Amino acid sequence: MGDTTVDRTGKGDLSLVALTKSFATFTAVHPLDLTIEAGSFFALLGPSGCGKTTTLRMIAGLEDPTGGRITIGDEDITDTKAYQRNVNTVFQSYALFPHMTVVDNVMFGLKRRGDKDAKRKAREALELVQLEQVATKRPTQLSGGMQQRVALARALVNRPDVLLLDEPLGALDLKLRRQMQIELKRIQQEVGLTFIHVTHDQEEAMTMADRIAVMNAGRMEQLGDPATLYERPSSTFVANFLGQSNLLRASVLGSESGNGVVRVRSHDTELEVVRDHLPQGVGDVWLGVRPEKLRLGESGGPNRLSGLVRDVSFTGVATQYSVEMPWGQELTVVQQNDGTARARLGENVTVSWAAEHGFALDASQDAEAGAELVDDRG
Amino acid sequence: MAWIKRHLITFAALAVLAYTLVPNVIVAVFSFNDPKGKFNYTFNEFSTDAWTNPCGAPGICDSLGLSLRIGITASIIATILGTMIAFALGRYRFRGRSATNLLIFMPMATPEVVMGSSLLTLFLMAGIPAGPVAILIAHIMFCVSFVVVAVKARVATLDPRLEEAAADLGANPTQTFLRVTLPLAAPGIAAGGLLAFSLSFDDYIITNFNASPSSITFPMYVWGAAQRGVPVQVYAIGTVMFLIALGVVVAGQVVGARRNRQVA
Repeated sequence: MGDTTVDRTGKGDLSLVALTKSFATFTAVHPLDLTIEAGSFFALLGPSGCGKTTTLRMIAGLEDPTGGRITIGDEDITDTKAYQRNVNTVFQSYALFPHMTVVDNVMFGLKRRGDKDAKRKAREALELVQLEQVATKRPTQLSGGMQQRVALARALVNRPDVLLLDEPLGALDLKLRRQMQIELKRIQQEVGLTFIHVTHDQEEAMTMADRIAVMNAGRMEQLGDPATLYERPSSTFVANFLGQSNLLRASVLGSESGNGVVRVRSHDTELEVVRDHLPQGVGDVWLGVRPEKLRLGESGGPNRLSGLVRDVSFTGVATQYSVEMPWGQELTVVQQNDGTARARLGENVTVSWAAEHGFALDASQDAEAGAELVDDRG
Repeated sequence: MAWIKRHLITFAALAVLAYTLVPNVIVAVFSFNDPKGKFNYTFNEFSTDAWTNPCGAPGICDSLGLSLRIGITASIIATILGTMIAFALGRYRFRGRSATNLLIFMPMATPEVVMGSSLLTLFLMAGIPAGPVAILIAHIMFCVSFVVVAVKARVATLDPRLEEAAADLGANPTQTFLRVTLPLAAPGIAAGGLLAFSLSFDDYIITNFNASPSSITFPMYVWGAAQRGVPVQVYAIGTVMFLIALGVVVAGQVVGARRNRQVA
């Protein structure tokens, strides 16, 4: 769909070059380089205060960058005002105009540009979000989910080069949020515009985005598609913030054993990890494995550790185990309820995994980075 | 007995309402009186003279016209100035902001006698003769404070994100102000303007200090007439004033209610 979408937006990729924002006492966004392909669904993911919203506001023109450039295609928009940019935002609080009807809200942008066909386009945009029946109501008479869709229609109708979404689903309840995630993805594919979605919800980002930039403390930690970020995190922050990770302290034993696998030693046990999953020139690593990659018993692969089952929680589709290692660390194991044997509390078990399911990270990082942020997200 | 107990609050409310309305009712009733002698204190005989001939008392309509002219001019100018001050105080941080905030309350806190006499001194020193112009300047001065207070309260509740949203949708600063900010602040501005008008129309003390014998406002006329016996026309005009004020309030309520339950 690449070529057609470029034609439709007519402009091309959005590029941030060394984009920086500093306030009097701190730097919200450290020099950020990022290129977002036209027509893609891009997510800026990170905990609150990581600089993602500031980045979004700089793209919208609502915040002046301290340094760096913003370009869309060949056009440098860094020094233009918000109202001169062909970029529209769906605000977290929706920011619908309470003194106008729904359809007047949606027409607002078109009218500013003197569009003669504003009324018809606004109706079409409302149809796209399935709200044509409330066109003459006031925003305050609608539910949160409906207001959210009006805000989306109001931004979409202008066919912006880039559509920015600032935690647009944050105020909705879980069920509605899931529904809107699918809806947003559908609309994005239908209209083919570039969407940049800011969120602190990793599941939301992974569900919707083609590519994700994970941000932490004003810096980009990692950029990639959801599967790569999940399977091959490049930092402990990403490993912990996107899903859960078991991180084992290990030292690299060197020599490759011919089949692309490197041996590492962790707590007197030799383990294997695929060479490509190991950072270059590092002796001490955190060896990471996702809980669902661990198997109870020896079926998972050549990597084996034994421990005591400390906790069992049944969640329906899966069972989560906490297995205490001899050195005190507890590993989380998630086992699908697919009929395979289950372990009981207090039982001694072996957990196993394959070499390609592990990933290694430089041990100079904090193993807990990003983990404490997981609990307080909505 | 229990029924009375249960509706005690209703009775209390009705009593208070009656208490505030009785003077207006008396005025309305006595506007249909044909008084015996100079004073309109006892109901003598029903008559519509005052209503059919409201300008019948010498000078009454001149004073009413002057009060209306001053009231309208003063409230328009005070509303414009006060709205600008309110936005400046509510939206921007600048040197002298807190001082301005404090000083704006001064005209409300200063006794009118003091303000009236000091204004007269000022006008005489500045070579502005007592009369309509001096009255107008004085009225604008004290009305501004009330407009500022009314509009500032409204500005404080405006969501700055709405203006950001307008800019985001391509509205330049002028369009943003005219299409979003001003309509949202309008109820506060209207309230400020109406308050300014009624304060100006009603003012006696400050006006009296700065008036000339040829610039008699309506309150001054009534006061002067009271010495010799108030003409019945005053009662009729007072009743009309009350009905207009009532109409404005009711209209405001109706518009507000209708806005809240627009076409389903």
